[in-house]
Amino acid sequence: MQFSRKNLGIPYFIFLLFFVVAPLIVLVFYAFTNGQGQFTLENLTGFFTDANTLGTLFYSLAVAFVTTAVCLLLAYPIAYILAMSEIKTKSVIVMVFVLPMWINFSLRITALKEVLTLLEGNLARYPFLNAVVGITYDFLPFMILPIFTTLSKLDGSLREAAMDLGADKVQTFLQVTLPLSVPGIVSGVSMVFLPAMTNYVVLDMLYNSTYIMGSLIGSYFSAYNWHGGSMIALILLAIICLFTLLTSDGEETGERGGALL
Amino acid sequence: MENNTNIIELKGITKVYEDGYTAVDDFNLEVKRGEFVTLLGPSGCGKTTTLRMIAGFSMPTKGEILLNGKSIQDLPPYKRPVNTVFQRYALFPHMNIYNNIAFGLKQKKTPKDVIERKVRRVLDLVDLEGFEERSVSTLSGGQQQRIAIARALVNEPEILLLDEPLGALDLKMRKEMQIELKNMHDKLGITFIYVTHDQEEALTMSDKIVVMNEGKIQQIGTPEDIYNEPRNAFVADFIGESNIFNGMMTGKLRARFCGGEFECVDDYEEGTHITAVVRPEDVELTDPELGVIQGVVDSVIFKGIHYEITILSGKNEIVCQSVNSAKAGNRVGIRVQPDNIHIMIAEDHTNLFFADINKDYRLEYNDHLLDTSVTKIIKGSSRRDDGTVQDASGEAIDPERMRIQVAIKPDDIEMTDDQEAGLINGTISNLIYKGDHYSYIIHTELEQDFVVNDEYLWNMGDRVGLMMPVDKMTFTLKKK
Repeated sequence: MQFSRKNLGIPYFIFLLFFVVAPLIVLVFYAFTNGQGQFTLENLTGFFTDANTLGTLFYSLAVAFVTTAVCLLLAYPIAYILAMSEIKTKSVIVMVFVLPMWINFSLRITALKEVLTLLEGNLARYPFLNAVVGITYDFLPFMILPIFTTLSKLDGSLREAAMDLGADKVQTFLQVTLPLSVPGIVSGVSMVFLPAMTNYVVLDMLYNSTYIMGSLIGSYFSAYNWHGGSMIALILLAIICLFTLLTSDGEETGERGGALL
Repeated sequence: MENNTNIIELKGITKVYEDGYTAVDDFNLEVKRGEFVTLLGPSGCGKTTTLRMIAGFSMPTKGEILLNGKSIQDLPPYKRPVNTVFQRYALFPHMNIYNNIAFGLKQKKTPKDVIERKVRRVLDLVDLEGFEERSVSTLSGGQQQRIAIARALVNEPEILLLDEPLGALDLKMRKEMQIELKNMHDKLGITFIYVTHDQEEALTMSDKIVVMNEGKIQQIGTPEDIYNEPRNAFVADFIGESNIFNGMMTGKLRARFCGGEFECVDDYEEGTHITAVVRPEDVELTDPELGVIQGVVDSVIFKGIHYEITILSGKNEIVCQSVNSAKAGNRVGIRVQPDNIHIMIAEDHTNLFFADINKDYRLEYNDHLLDTSVTKIIKGSSRRDDGTVQDASGEAIDPERMRIQVAIKPDDIEMTDDQEAGLINGTISNLIYKGDHYSYIIHTELEQDFVVNDEYLWNMGDRVGLMMPVDKMTFTLKKK
């Protein structure tokens, strides 16, 4: 058999089949059946008629939204300073932000819990705030990295051109640097927003009693309600698809000019 | 009134980077209003750094920049009435052509209808009417270049700075743009300061050329001045092709170089060490007996409008441009009209000669082995596993294609009676007393002239051996 480049894709194809396509079929099957294995839309209608599940959906949307915004506000200046700094100081700043990442996740969150307890006295007092703080702490690097990459790839002469044409530092940032870093912001947001809706492990570890989408799915599955859990997972998947579609659409009409394909 | 016409003056500008590297060293320049001035030099000569200091992107370590007589030292780039055309255009990819050009005017809060009118006018000027709505990525390199120029010109700057603006264009496009830029300059009357490493571009377009090397100004002058009367060997070598020889004045309007005595028009005192420059197009080929020196045609290359003929006279290489072809291997005479020989006083009369690299990567000259090897003298070179040698960038040094230029100072060569002891033997063809020492020209067996300083008196016509210690030599790798 002649070896062609296409054959290199076979392992990936098999992986895709077993770990993406097959589970998805199982997921869809469970989502649209009841305990007796009969087709039903009950799970779907159940989700949208239950005030609890709907409340969780909006609550996690709110958590995700605020977390993403906070991440962006923190990450952009950091990424900017990183990208614009001299090479010598750059490695030091990178270390400062990467070093915590080398420490085990559960240890970090536990430490955060202790700090928050110390500050707030009782963690139950500000559940929303704690959820935002915890998830931000966990996901900040995922926001910094894509923005940093976009900014450091930015041609420095563009900024000089803006200054040369009479724009001061603020105007240069607003009219040139910021618009050109939108692709980095978009990928940073999509890397933070969706996980922020589901990563309930952080909340659990912070003894947070509030429910986000992840916690909801977890509770359904641990109560052996596979059908309801699958449906919620499917709904989340739909939200993800919608979100990705929207952001990539925005990118296309933005500056890339259809350069994606 | 005369003094007031200087639009910009650079006074003693020096730029030293943090790592101690001096990019620009005591740069002094006056530019008159409406002039087309070109900063010309090889890469790393400090020309772009100078331009960036005028634009305000970089601050001089020392010195002063005066615009219309006032220091602009403390003005940030966005407050200086100069605009730059960047090397790679630096057009904003997220804006269409109209917004790119309007960018500068919008910063100044210009009324919309004025912006519209001005944008249309510059688009007309660069011959790209109707491109307003196009996006940058749909434009060719040449079109992007024009937009970059339009974007700068629309602000009506007092000075337009151009940083190798044509570097990324192909040859044909570059020629067209050269003419267009020159026309634009004539039409607008704006002062242009242009940076390039392309000597032909500089000669074609400029009113005034500033030749730079290693951060220092080598010569300032009109294109004609610079081409016809280069002030030193660097300028002669950089501007156009040149034959450059070391030599000495041997009498009134007579100079000895390249193994012959030539009449010239520059009057320097007898015994002065000189550098003689002869342009290839000024070298005349004659019958052997009619030439001042004789040589053998080494190669002939057809170049379209002329032939480029390389002649070997002993070890001297002379390049000649002629409309008539010659045959490789033929003996020819060489003659140069006196006013085509450009003589400059050589401050540092270093002797230069070429040594071959042999199979063992050792140096050979005149069938003598020099007591050194390529890996010792060429920085960063190393021996590979298979025995060949590579240079610092990892590229193989091919003895067939490379040779070593050796430089040695007149003070470091010693003369001896012992014909066996010298690296090369020759006859003293000229001597002059210099107060505390004698300066000799020794004409060698290989038809080369060496300048040697010695405190003892030798006689004209003496045969001597030249001893050259290897540790006093400096070496450069050159292509054959």
